[in-house]
Amino acid sequence: MTANAVAAQIVVDALVKRFGDFVAVNGVSFEVARGEVMGFIGPNGAGKSTLIRILCGLLRPSAGRALVAGIDVAQDPEGVRRRIGYMSQKFSLYNDMSVVENLRFFGGVYGVSRVDMPDRLRFAVDMAGLTGREDALVATLAGGWKQRLALGAAILHRPAILFLDEPTSGVDPSSRRRFWELIHALAQDGVSVLVSTHYMDEAEYCDRIALVNHGRLIALGTPLELKQRSLGGELLAIEGERLGDAMASLQSAPGVRDVAMFGSALHVLVDEAALRLPELEQRLTAAGWTNVRARRIDPSLEDSFVHLVSSSAAQAGAAA
Amino acid sequence: MRWRRVKAILVKESLQIVRDPRSLVIALLIPLLQMFLLGYGISLDVKQIPLCAYDREGSQASQELVQRFAASPYFSLQGQAANYAEVGRNLDNGRCRLAIVIPADFSRTLNDAGQGVVQALLDATDTNTASLAAGYASAVVAGYSSAVQLKSIERHGGSVQTLTPVEVRARVWFNEDLVSRNFIIPGVVALVMAIVGAQLSSLTIAREWERGTMELLISTPVKPMELMLGKLLPYFIVGMIDACICLALAVFWFQVPFRGTLPAMAFTTGLFLTVVLCIGYYVSVSIRSQVGASQVALLLTMLPTTLLSGFSFPIDQMPPAVQTVTYVVSGRYYVTILKGLFLKGAPWTELLLPILCLTLYALVMILLAARAFRKTLD
Repeated sequence: MTANAVAAQIVVDALVKRFGDFVAVNGVSFEVARGEVMGFIGPNGAGKSTLIRILCGLLRPSAGRALVAGIDVAQDPEGVRRRIGYMSQKFSLYNDMSVVENLRFFGGVYGVSRVDMPDRLRFAVDMAGLTGREDALVATLAGGWKQRLALGAAILHRPAILFLDEPTSGVDPSSRRRFWELIHALAQDGVSVLVSTHYMDEAEYCDRIALVNHGRLIALGTPLELKQRSLGGELLAIEGERLGDAMASLQSAPGVRDVAMFGSALHVLVDEAALRLPELEQRLTAAGWTNVRARRIDPSLEDSFVHLVSSSAAQAGAAA
Repeated sequence: MRWRRVKAILVKESLQIVRDPRSLVIALLIPLLQMFLLGYGISLDVKQIPLCAYDREGSQASQELVQRFAASPYFSLQGQAANYAEVGRNLDNGRCRLAIVIPADFSRTLNDAGQGVVQALLDATDTNTASLAAGYASAVVAGYSSAVQLKSIERHGGSVQTLTPVEVRARVWFNEDLVSRNFIIPGVVALVMAIVGAQLSSLTIAREWERGTMELLISTPVKPMELMLGKLLPYFIVGMIDACICLALAVFWFQVPFRGTLPAMAFTTGLFLTVVLCIGYYVSVSIRSQVGASQVALLLTMLPTTLLSGFSFPIDQMPPAVQTVTYVVSGRYYVTILKGLFLKGAPWTELLLPILCLTLYALVMILLAARAFRKTLD
């Protein structure tokens, strides 16, 4: 066993989950170290939630193995549950109970002792920024407060591992930023965090990210690694009028590896930006497009994701 | 099992009960309504049977008989008919269920032969009411006869030995109206407890699924048995409050005698409540929607308790196959116990068998309900 494996809090090995004929998770393997923030990025239906539910012991894996805090989730789900905190995708605190009633309930079912309870409650209320509103009904809280309260409820028993399933969906940007600060503070204390999201910008906050699509892990690495490794080339952004029709023409141009629409602009992956930039501009202008402006850009995660998804789809197509 | 976790769930569930007006209504108002509805629904059909009289004689003696009918609490005199056609119309259109026809020679035959004959015409579309009405009518007539006989004894200075008192007493006994209600109210208590108990618990698990709180709950280390205990204990208390309401109504409002002891009543009611709460919980676990679960729970408790518990139909008159089925109806044991406690004041020892059966039933249901809940989304 390597040093990394010893430190790993989550070990997932060739995990498969089938629902009838549908394969929701298809042979996924990865590890999460102590104090690491691992992001799961992918479109809706990619299998992120299913994977997290398996790791929380809520679903049984169809094949493969998953260890959480060194415990096999299929063999001892209760042992896993004692050591984890979980925020489900849908907000699932009790709306008809107050902030402190909710926290006390989860503290109770997680077995927080009577002695520790006041401290833990205060910590969770502080963290959620709800000091002074302990007796407010949860139904009356706005989205951002609710999410932070749910996080507070998930860490009352000081779990070593946190699973957060799209914790920031439907929350305003400033609340999202604050939420990520909390996640990082927890990670600093040694908590391993596995968080899923479909916001690409949030992926940049993670130590490592796993790109998932159709139940498969299509890339794994730090945000920087993924951007550099996955693209294998340089990126140009081309702006102009009615460029949608230009995609086919660009695809067949020399040195062009991939073309994708990004808003009103086209992102074009080329072997060498300095060489291809003037070439493509000329090509488009000659073909009748007006106001064409091309520039070299740093790739975003979204670029890598789109590229990786299309290349994995191409591989799958070639294999079939 | 850890009491700390049970307590956390218990507190949470109690808070939610108190804050959900709908569950409070189910818990407290429904038993009241049902007791009144069923209690009165049943006593109405043995009293105030609409009656019309066709007095063809119109003598003092015949009118005296008519007045006896009018004064009886079992009949309400709707009017006196002038001819047979009117009697027929009244029976046809349902204005009366019973018509009394007194012949034109009523006084004469009564005086001469010592035996008058009265005709009773019954609407037997509802056989139950008809047979009750016939019974009450003959009792009223019997009362009248004995009065006439007494008078004739006085007149002739005869001795009481010449009479047939045995026959008279039997008819008066039959007349004792409260018997039917006393018999039925304990059954109504059982029915109300069955319906309310299962209704309360049928919502608890389904509500968590519907509101999306279950996923988080099963991701915690809480054990199925702890969850069940914590969820059902508050409803057990609510159910026992309901039992007190039912008992108080039965004794103080419906005037049913209660000859048993309160501890025996509390213990057996607790057992029955455990059974029906577990049935509701089991349904709630299996059907993850509140509406569905409450419908199925209603079906599973109300139907068997109404039909097969011996509450409305005597078990020993059922076909043998159906009699066998009644052994799996928990209401059967509770109705037996309640009738024993209310009417006979039966001691513990006499009710040992139904109590034992109900205890066994409760244990099996607790196990079934606790095992039915699985902490998984699969």
